Formats: sequence, C-alpha cells, structure tokens
Amino acid sequence: MNGSAPAFVDLLVSALLVLGGVFALVGSWGLVRLPSLMERLHGPTKATTLGLGALLVASVAWFQLAEGVWTTHELLVSVFLFVTAPISANMIAKVHLHRLHNGEAGEGITPAGPVPPPPGNVQWATHEAPHEGTPGDFVGD
Amino acid sequence: MMNRILPHPGLSALLVVMWIVMVNEVSFGALFLGVVFGVLVPIFTAPWWPGRPDVRFVPALGYAGIVLWDIIVANFEVAAIILFKPNRNLRPAWLIVPLELTSPEAITVFAGTISLTPGTVSSDVSACGKYLLVHALDAPDPAAEVAKIKARYETRLKEIFR
Repeated sequence: MNGSAPAFVDLLVSALLVLGGVFALVGSWGLVRLPSLMERLHGPTKATTLGLGALLVASVAWFQLAEGVWTTHELLVSVFLFVTAPISANMIAKVHLHRLHNGEAGEGITPAGPVPPPPGNVQWATHEAPHEGTPGDFVGD
Repeated sequence: MMNRILPHPGLSALLVVMWIVMVNEVSFGALFLGVVFGVLVPIFTAPWWPGRPDVRFVPALGYAGIVLWDIIVANFEVAAIILFKPNRNLRPAWLIVPLELTSPEAITVFAGTISLTPGTVSSDVSACGKYLLVHALDAPDPAAEVAKIKARYETRLKEIFR
C-alpha cells in the first residue's frame, strides 16, 4: 500500500474485493436460511467458490498492476480449493446419509424426501462394502 | 527403463509445474528441485497408483474450460436462489445418475464436477459402482436434470478417459 497506484487499479481491485465479499456473504446466508443440511451444503460449495475466486483475482491484479510482480500462489490456492471442496461436501453428505439411515438425524427427513435406494439388489456405498470386482474393492489391487 | 525412472510422467510434469508455481520464480534452482520432486514422488507413491487410465489432454483442457464457466454460472444461479427464492417454492430432490464411466478416476472427476456445478452435490456411489446419488437444490424435473448432467459432462469424460 504505497499509495502510488493509478486510480483505475484501486477501483478494479476494490470492485473485485466487494464482489468477493458479497458472494462469501451470500454463501453464508444460504447456510442460515436453507431448510436442511443437504440444501445448506449448496451454499458453501458454490457461492463461496466464486467469492474466493474474485478475492484471488483481486490479489493477482494488485500485485501485478500496483507492485509490478506476477504472483502465482493464487492459482495454487484455487486449484486446491477446487480439488478439496467436493470431497469435504461428499464427506458431510455421507455422514448425513449414515445418520438418516440410523434415525439419528435430529431434523428428520429433508424436503427432498427419503433417500431412494439404487436400482437392483444393492445399497449405497455408505451402507455396504464395495462389491467384488468394482473399482475400490481393494481385492484386485 | 523409462517406466522405472518415470512411472507416471503426467504426475511428474504436474509436480514440476506445481513446484515452480509455489516457489513463484522460474530459475535454475527452482526448476532443478522441481524435477527432483517430479522424479522421486511418483517412484515412492507408485504402489498407490494401481491402474492408470489413459488421459487425453486436449479434450481435458476443453473440459476444464467448460467446468470453469459452469462454476461461474452456478455461483450466480445459487446466489439468486439463496437470495430470492422462498423455501416453500424450493424443489430439492435426490437424483440417481446411472454411470457409464467405469474407471475410478473418471467417476471421481465426474462426481467432483457435479459437486462444483449448478445446484447439485454428489453424495454417494452405489456399492456396485454403477450409480451416483446426487442431491439437487432445485429440480422441479429430476429426470431432465439427470439427462442434462449426463449429456454435458459424462459424454465428454468418456472421450477423455478411454
């Protein structure tokens, strides 16, 4: 913050920061107002991604336009975010399925209704070990 | 010989690029250390990569572009639902997506894509590996939603992982 950056840089970076903040806020608001756990998962996995993306672009733009250096760390942050966000959402969903299955979920059934079983004589992998011959049974590995 | 030194060339290249991005400079030292990691890490982690599918990189880049665009659109759609759609008008649904992909890597990428894009979170895979359980935030017509997901992502992934 040496104060020597041109005005349009300040404007651009500020606009990106505000956009990022708004999306992060909307994602968190979704966490509060959506009806049950499965719906609430959508807020943090989506709206917050773009929020963080805008903050990272703001960071790249500031270092390039005001300080004159390219930074690539933001690229790594976004890659790791894209790789890890679906996995943490999947883990939360699986715990929720397990609790629904055992009748432990405090808030009862989601507005989406009960979880449908997969077609055929089989269960979801949360409730049944992978069948032999399917990827991940660890017998053939 | 080549297989012994570089059991996983794609992973090696990725590690070199990641290292340079992390150090944030292109110098001989950074490149050298990156290559050291790129050679050593795949050799020591080879036992955890039992089967490696052939990945075609040009369609993979196109796929990454489509997914990136969809993530941006998804953010605006979900934000609009959160801000303006009352809970009583919301139609959440469980979707069962039949899988045509067979390799675990392809199914993982498919499930990750579903979680990152418009209003859907993949929740589980069936024990036989043939169905995905997906939760949709707002799907008045579940069958159409399943068809859309399969047409947009799975057909492209079948081209990438063969």
